[in-house]
Amino acid sequence: MTPQLIVTVLVLAPLLGAIVAGLFGRRIGNVASQAVTTGLLFLACALAWTTFASVIWGGWGHFTVELAPFINVGAFHSDWAIRIDSLSAVMLIVVTSVSALVHLYSWGYMADDDSRPRFFAYLSLFTFAMLALVTAADFMQLFFGWEGVGLASYLLIGFWYKKPTASAAAIKAFVVNRVGDFGFALGIMTTFWMFGSVRFADIFPAVAAHAGQTWTFAGHYWAAMDLACSLLFVGAMGKSAQFFLHTWLPDAMEGPTPVSALIHAATMVTAGVYMVCLLSPMFEYAPVARQIVTGVGAVTALFAATVGLAQNDIKRVIAYSTCSQLGYMFIAAGVGAYQGAMFHLFTHAFFKALLFLGAGSVIMGMHHEQDMRNMGALWKKLPITYVVMLIGTIAITGVGLPGLELGFAGFYSKDAIIDAAFAAGSHNNSTAYFAFVISVIAAGLTSFYSWRLIFMTFHGHAKWGAAAATHGVHGDAEPSHDAHAHDDHAHDDHGHGHDHTPHESPWVMLLPLLALAVGAVFAGKVFVEQFVGEGRAEFWRGAIFNGASNHVLDNLHVLPAWVVWAPLTVTAIGFVLAWYVYIAKEGMGAAIAARRGPLWTFLYNKWFFDELYDATFVRGAKALGDLFWKGGDQRLIDGLGPNGVAAVSALIGRRTGKMQTGYVYHYAFVMLLGVAGLLSFALYAWSK
Amino acid sequence: MNGILSLTIFSPLIGVAAILVLRAFGAPAQKAQTENTAKWVALIVSLFTLALSVLLVAKFDPSQSGFQFTEDFNWFAGIHYRMGVDGISVLFVLLTAFLLPLCLVASWRSIENRVLEYLIAFLVLEVLVIGVFCALDLIVFYLFFEGQLVPMFLIIGVWGGKNRVYAAYKFFLYTLLGSVLMLAAILAMASIAKTTSIPELLTYHFDPKLQILLWLAFFASFAVKMPMWPVHTWLPDAHVEAPTAGSVILAGILLKMGGYGFLRFSLPMFPDASRYFTPLVFTLSVIAIIYTSLVAFRQVDIKKLIAYSSVAHMGFVTMGIFSGNAQGVQGAIFQMLSHGVISGALFLCVGVVYDRMHTREIAFYGGLTDRMPWYAATFMLFTMGNVGLPGTSGFVGEILTMTGAYHASTWTVIFAASGVIFSAVYALTLYRRVMFGEITNPKLATISDLNWREVAVFAPLIFGTLWLGLQPGVVFDVTAASVDKLVDAYKLIGG
Repeated sequence: MTPQLIVTVLVLAPLLGAIVAGLFGRRIGNVASQAVTTGLLFLACALAWTTFASVIWGGWGHFTVELAPFINVGAFHSDWAIRIDSLSAVMLIVVTSVSALVHLYSWGYMADDDSRPRFFAYLSLFTFAMLALVTAADFMQLFFGWEGVGLASYLLIGFWYKKPTASAAAIKAFVVNRVGDFGFALGIMTTFWMFGSVRFADIFPAVAAHAGQTWTFAGHYWAAMDLACSLLFVGAMGKSAQFFLHTWLPDAMEGPTPVSALIHAATMVTAGVYMVCLLSPMFEYAPVARQIVTGVGAVTALFAATVGLAQNDIKRVIAYSTCSQLGYMFIAAGVGAYQGAMFHLFTHAFFKALLFLGAGSVIMGMHHEQDMRNMGALWKKLPITYVVMLIGTIAITGVGLPGLELGFAGFYSKDAIIDAAFAAGSHNNSTAYFAFVISVIAAGLTSFYSWRLIFMTFHGHAKWGAAAATHGVHGDAEPSHDAHAHDDHAHDDHGHGHDHTPHESPWVMLLPLLALAVGAVFAGKVFVEQFVGEGRAEFWRGAIFNGASNHVLDNLHVLPAWVVWAPLTVTAIGFVLAWYVYIAKEGMGAAIAARRGPLWTFLYNKWFFDELYDATFVRGAKALGDLFWKGGDQRLIDGLGPNGVAAVSALIGRRTGKMQTGYVYHYAFVMLLGVAGLLSFALYAWSK
Repeated sequence: MNGILSLTIFSPLIGVAAILVLRAFGAPAQKAQTENTAKWVALIVSLFTLALSVLLVAKFDPSQSGFQFTEDFNWFAGIHYRMGVDGISVLFVLLTAFLLPLCLVASWRSIENRVLEYLIAFLVLEVLVIGVFCALDLIVFYLFFEGQLVPMFLIIGVWGGKNRVYAAYKFFLYTLLGSVLMLAAILAMASIAKTTSIPELLTYHFDPKLQILLWLAFFASFAVKMPMWPVHTWLPDAHVEAPTAGSVILAGILLKMGGYGFLRFSLPMFPDASRYFTPLVFTLSVIAIIYTSLVAFRQVDIKKLIAYSSVAHMGFVTMGIFSGNAQGVQGAIFQMLSHGVISGALFLCVGVVYDRMHTREIAFYGGLTDRMPWYAATFMLFTMGNVGLPGTSGFVGEILTMTGAYHASTWTVIFAASGVIFSAVYALTLYRRVMFGEITNPKLATISDLNWREVAVFAPLIFGTLWLGLQPGVVFDVTAASVDKLVDAYKLIGG
């Protein structure tokens, strides 16, 4: 097979699976639908690793397969294409590996659901859209994949459509992402008129020539590249749930847990990071835009980590963790360490998918319980899940020994980001220095909420089964508030008739967990040299562009010792604190929550963003809509227009008492008069 | 290929004649059988017209920018019967011929009284609408343009809902306003340029001051037809009262005559005035997009919601046309064709549940997905088309019109792009309220999924939405030469 054929099959295989399961799922049955989609995904995965190996170490090089024309109007020229380079190859293996494992895992997790063909069709559709996104050779296909994954995300969040909270969360995700896409679309148009093309191959070489230009937009002059990149970044903020546009991600946890692992942790939400790295040739000439990227990333990293401290729903804790880790990736991209951003994206995909799927295993073992306050002491009941969750936690907290250069995956990638922020910050970049400080603090918070999750779930006293009788002792802060958080399948016959003791999940779910655990342990060590180390030039081969003055990755080796050791120190502090609050003084966490202090209330309510947006945007749109409809259309336009004319003519009709022939004739007569009048005027005025 | 154009235009009259014969000689006792025969006659004739228009597009030479298949003979008093199509108009002929058989099939069972007259009204409407897009003489154009009001007025007034008289009145009143002014302008043009031939007028240069008046007169007519804010309030009422097939024709084709008019008359004949008024058009377009999207969000009637969303989508068309560049104009034409397919399909989606439950109230529904999975998938696809998801035809028009307008005014595009957010809000909220959740209304417990007749109606529309969305080049290949000619001339004269 030629490389062109391999990558074409790779991208289209999930689409085929989606079509088969989506259109014929009811006819061919559950098992056949699952087998077709999962089989094709594993095929795609194998081809993706082949592609990756051949691009990075083999002789394939970078190439683009042009499949068909897409939108083609004048200079606006876009194609359906498959762009293969080191950057897209990395994404190919991330997307297909996690997707294949999630497909497999769902055999077990969704076993009780009677809409399985639809579920697997959506999963495969998502995978196809994501592959279209990462292999795009121009902005139009990028946008196609971008909104395509948004559609799949919408469909999967709302998969249990009978649940009102699920369909509300689905709409929220779509609409908030649309806000991001509003900026993204403006960015694309700006880029098009700036460069006269939407194709990356035309734009990237021309960036340097446009670097100093100004551009008029919305009545102001802007530095051209800063404007374009800032607008494009708004799209990334939506997709990657960054500060201000993050509110949809926690709600997206209404979807089935495998979806959260695949879409809302490992792949789709990282599309924004990928986009910034892909557009590094533009961002390198946009210093202000990069400051924005760094700042937004830093604020998000801190914000999400603080909210994660106070959540009780196991999935929401991980969701805020994802949001925070995405902030880290943007910090890296913002300070110019795009390779570091991609590296963290890569390792994060393994350990975050692992944490989510592990949480799914816990939820299923607990018979659809998601509230960690009702868990505890599960490690004996779910030993394998416990071990892999532990691995995931060690990986995300970035445990490793700087001196020996030995650690779990997150150690390499997260420390690279923190170090890069410091390296950039020590070169007169105050935003980067701010990001450095934040990222160290957030690392401590990450450690606390991650271990809090482990301790509340797997350690301490059991709050389920017989022990649940003493429920009230531990002080449920607000039992009714999280009532909607239960991951109840729409038709939950599960759990009735057998006892409620937690149980370990079947092997079809544990195997993917073990595979991801291997990645969470080794992905950092194996790839660190290639992604951000000495081998990076040969690895990326120009797929990521670093400007001539960008030496941030070269400076990682000459950092002060305190910077190198800072992350590990705060991580240890976070661990000890979590241990103290949730193990040594078990019940202390609940007591703090029961006190409802102002800080706890602020964090528990996620900085009140939902309330703020509801009061302003949602209510505002409704009020404006009513105003325009009833005030504008009905009273003003219709009142003065047709109804007013009718009223006046009726009045005249009554007064004169002559014209009682009905409205239509009135107007026919008026029309004739008008025509005659205008005609005479026209002939008089212009025949001279 | 002499005469193929006239054959296409008037071929529906074969059906009209046949149905009139049936009407005259059909035995009153066998009314049902007569009606059934008449439906088949109408359908077959409309498919024949479709075949002719496909042939027309197939024989069309896209490399030429001028008019093709032209016919010209002296009618009376110096008025010529001139017909012809170029890249801008030929696809609207195809769209009309494509939607009409679908309308007939969609109303197969839902129309019960005056069936023969109903069929005649639709076939006559088809003749007049195709005529509008082919006319190359001002007077002939005017006759077709105003003539199609009569069958449409009857379709709403006779086969419409409870408030059909008010709706028909409003429809008539608004349209009248435009017609009067347009007729005056046409007569003025004829007296000044000494010709009513559209190809000749396209090269005639009117005095810029005069252009202002003429432009305004045409604008009054086309703005009502589009409809643009604030002369749009007739549309929601007309849609709500019209039978399903009437809505399909109204949204799918009749609205497009406004956009077509701007492209055929305003832009090329009055370029200076068009430039002068571009800020006005942009402003009204943007208001239409945001204002009607917000109004749509608050509707309680499914059809009204979709009607308002049509107004918003037409805002993109006017914005694209007056951006005056290739992206904008191509995008506007594409948006009109795409909207013809998608909005037609959405009104048919409403028709499906209306035929079963006889109400369009959103609150009546909820949870239909459970009982109607195929309907759910179909409605979802067109909802996504309506919100302009890439991969559906709705996206291409929106992105191109915005790209075109960006060059002319970034503020306009910033506001227009925000409409893309609102469209997601109202369309997805509608879908959720009708389709998601549990079935709580006991009347819905036995509602049935799509039948084969409905599948046959939706299948071509699904195909069209996706095909145009993935391969928009099939449109641009046909329109490119004519649009380039239009745009180049516009830049030269007005710029």
